[in-house]
Amino acid sequence: MTMEAKSHAIDISSMQRQHQSLRLEDETIALTVRDLELYYGDKRALHGVNMDIPKNRVTAFIGPSGCGKSTLLRCFNRMNDLVDSCKIEGQMSLYGENIYERGVDVADLRRRVGMVFQKPNPFPKSIYENVAYGLRIQGIKKKRVIDETVEWALKSAALWDEVKDRLHESALGMSGGQQQRLVIARTIAVKPEVLLLDEPASALDPISTLKIEELIHELKKDFTIVIVTHNMQQAARVSDYTAFMYMGDLIEFGVTDNLFTNPEKKQTEDYITGRYG
Amino acid sequence: MNISVREWFKSGSPWVWMNAGAVAICMIMVIGLLGLIAIRGLSHFWPADIIQGQYTQDGETVLVGEIVETNEVLTKQLIEAGIKIPTTDEFSTRYLIKIGNRDVNGSDFTWALEHYLSDRQTPEMLFNAERREWGNLYGYLRSVKQSGEEVGRYDGYDKSAEYLALWDDLELRIERALDIREDILEIEKHEIGEINHELERLRLKERSLQLKDLTDPALYETINQRRKELDTAYQGLQQRLLDLYAEINRDSITAEVATGQQVEIQISKIVRAFRPNDMGILQKTGHYFAKLWEFVSEDPREANTEGGIFPAIFGTVMMVILMSILVTPFGVVAAVYLREYAKQGFITRVIRIAVNNLAGVPSIVYGVFGLGFFVYFLGGNIDDLFFPEAKPAPTFGTPGLMWASLTLALLTVPVVIVATEEGLSRIPRSVREGSLALGATKFETLMKVVLPMASPAMMTGVILAIARAAGEVAPLMLVGVVKLAPSLPLDGNYPFIHLDQKFMHLGFHIYDVGFQSPNVEAARPLVYATAMLLVIVIALLNLSAIAIRNHLREKYKALEM
Repeated sequence: MTMEAKSHAIDISSMQRQHQSLRLEDETIALTVRDLELYYGDKRALHGVNMDIPKNRVTAFIGPSGCGKSTLLRCFNRMNDLVDSCKIEGQMSLYGENIYERGVDVADLRRRVGMVFQKPNPFPKSIYENVAYGLRIQGIKKKRVIDETVEWALKSAALWDEVKDRLHESALGMSGGQQQRLVIARTIAVKPEVLLLDEPASALDPISTLKIEELIHELKKDFTIVIVTHNMQQAARVSDYTAFMYMGDLIEFGVTDNLFTNPEKKQTEDYITGRYG
Repeated sequence: MNISVREWFKSGSPWVWMNAGAVAICMIMVIGLLGLIAIRGLSHFWPADIIQGQYTQDGETVLVGEIVETNEVLTKQLIEAGIKIPTTDEFSTRYLIKIGNRDVNGSDFTWALEHYLSDRQTPEMLFNAERREWGNLYGYLRSVKQSGEEVGRYDGYDKSAEYLALWDDLELRIERALDIREDILEIEKHEIGEINHELERLRLKERSLQLKDLTDPALYETINQRRKELDTAYQGLQQRLLDLYAEINRDSITAEVATGQQVEIQISKIVRAFRPNDMGILQKTGHYFAKLWEFVSEDPREANTEGGIFPAIFGTVMMVILMSILVTPFGVVAAVYLREYAKQGFITRVIRIAVNNLAGVPSIVYGVFGLGFFVYFLGGNIDDLFFPEAKPAPTFGTPGLMWASLTLALLTVPVVIVATEEGLSRIPRSVREGSLALGATKFETLMKVVLPMASPAMMTGVILAIARAAGEVAPLMLVGVVKLAPSLPLDGNYPFIHLDQKFMHLGFHIYDVGFQSPNVEAARPLVYATAMLLVIVIALLNLSAIAIRNHLREKYKALEM
């Protein structure tokens, strides 16, 4: 598995070769979801979701708007805690540790499970300070360590060459695509185990989208990636596993190629052939 | 081009005209207001010509002075008031003349009817001496005396070389007196001031030892020792002062005034002497700016009707700065709790309404509260706890700078709360989530991202607070402002900022000079000048706050995302 990842090239044919050999039973599981129910006030938004998300793979959530895919994603780093009326039942664990247990350090969980949002949200600080933010939060003060990590993160996010001469300029002067890659760099700078991407390319132009997709490919060597997307082609291009959700239910979950070429459920087939959604 | 009135209304033009008209009226009012106080205030410092004329109402007298005001009155009205005026014109011209010489005439001003005024001229040799007591003196210089002995004399009215020599001698002597005066002030205000300050502290120390029932004679011995040293130093200074006073009182002049009397005044009492009728435009301009500078940089004289208003400017600025320092953290912290931590619901809504209404409470009510709570209760308790040795004289249990600043901070805190809350609510959720998703706690997110981004809004609050507080007078009259403060609240004596001291304030100064002054006519131009200065001070304070805000905005301009 790691050898495969190392020899990875970014052409579709190798991606597909790799997909064909994938089996969920062989994977190390990073995140498990068991009977997850989520309520916004009285409204039930997720209906008993069960899912295993494999390590160092890209898992895509697809489904029509309002199906609960973003809600599910935001459960992994407890972002839903910020919504007052939100109530969660069931179990969700990261490498066997229940993340909804009492006494879990939410800040630490969020460091381990990083998240990139739909719209780029850089802080009104310099490029350098944006990437260093998470490190400073962790109390890292050594300039050398921060310098090295910032450079590594920006290189990993394929942004270094574009910004290395203006690290101390405001991040708000960058283009949307650059800002989104900066946010990714900022997130991976704290070395999370899981990377949650909530429609990371939906606000971007096609070229920036392509760059983000290439980046996702590169990053899965080091991170477990979960991505929510509206765009089925994108899901097919970047993901190893795909989950199709509809009206708060997980309809089907499997290897991306199988799900797109040979869906088991009628609903999935209807959706990917464009009959609804 | 024939459109009906109906169509004209429909086109919206009348609406635009009405709006533009409203803006124009506002502009005219603001410009008119500023223009009026600027013209009235600034023209006061221009050296006016001194006129001399024969005045024949009720006998024949010589009238010497500056024309301050000219107005037309109904002749009938004058006749009804019992003034005989042999004219058939409907209107008569009446002058308000500043005749000065209060020591001779009893008052500075007199009304004169043009009808009786004849032979008007502006003799070049008439001079104006601004004095520390009794106001201006207008007259002819007759002699200069040193230690009672005449050293120069001139009895004519012409611009002769003899006269000019006498005048030059006078100017030199005035210069000398001013120099000595500066030395005296230095000794009185600083050196003796410091000694008095230390003596007072020694007295308090001794009293506090007594209060603690400490009887160790060594402790008292050191205090007495130091007191003796100070006393010796004080004796020395006192001797030097006596010498300087003898020096400064050496010279005097005599002058012939309008009544023909010869008046003798000491040169030490003269602030400046000049002959406005003999001055060119350049000299007058120089004189004008010297007077203007005196106005903003010197202490007041003669019950605030002469001299400068520096202590009032200083007090105003200091009070506003202190108020800003007090109100900003308090308002920001309250707003952060209300917006970020408190559970939004009925109670927060009630609190918000209460805060907004607090901004509408009349300011005098805050003054009453400040006096009752801060001064008497808090200040009284502070005195009991920390300054028992000074009792029965209150330290903080009396109106002062600190209580005035606190009262105004209380008055303006709603503004800061509302502005900060507004700013906090405008920070996009995405930025907060971005920070939280990186493992920052809510507190870290607030400190590192949200509050810096909301800082321009906080500054807006502070700007509004300054605008409101700087012009406030009513509450200050209860909690710390005085007509004349003997010293500035900031000086070289420990603890440097004297928060317990009373201070002067421009707004109160306007009220005091304008309405409480014994010499209303003399004070009137100063009311305008002080009002103008108050506007300028507030504008400057606001501009600096706005500059800070714009800088912050530039730094954190992320709200348009």
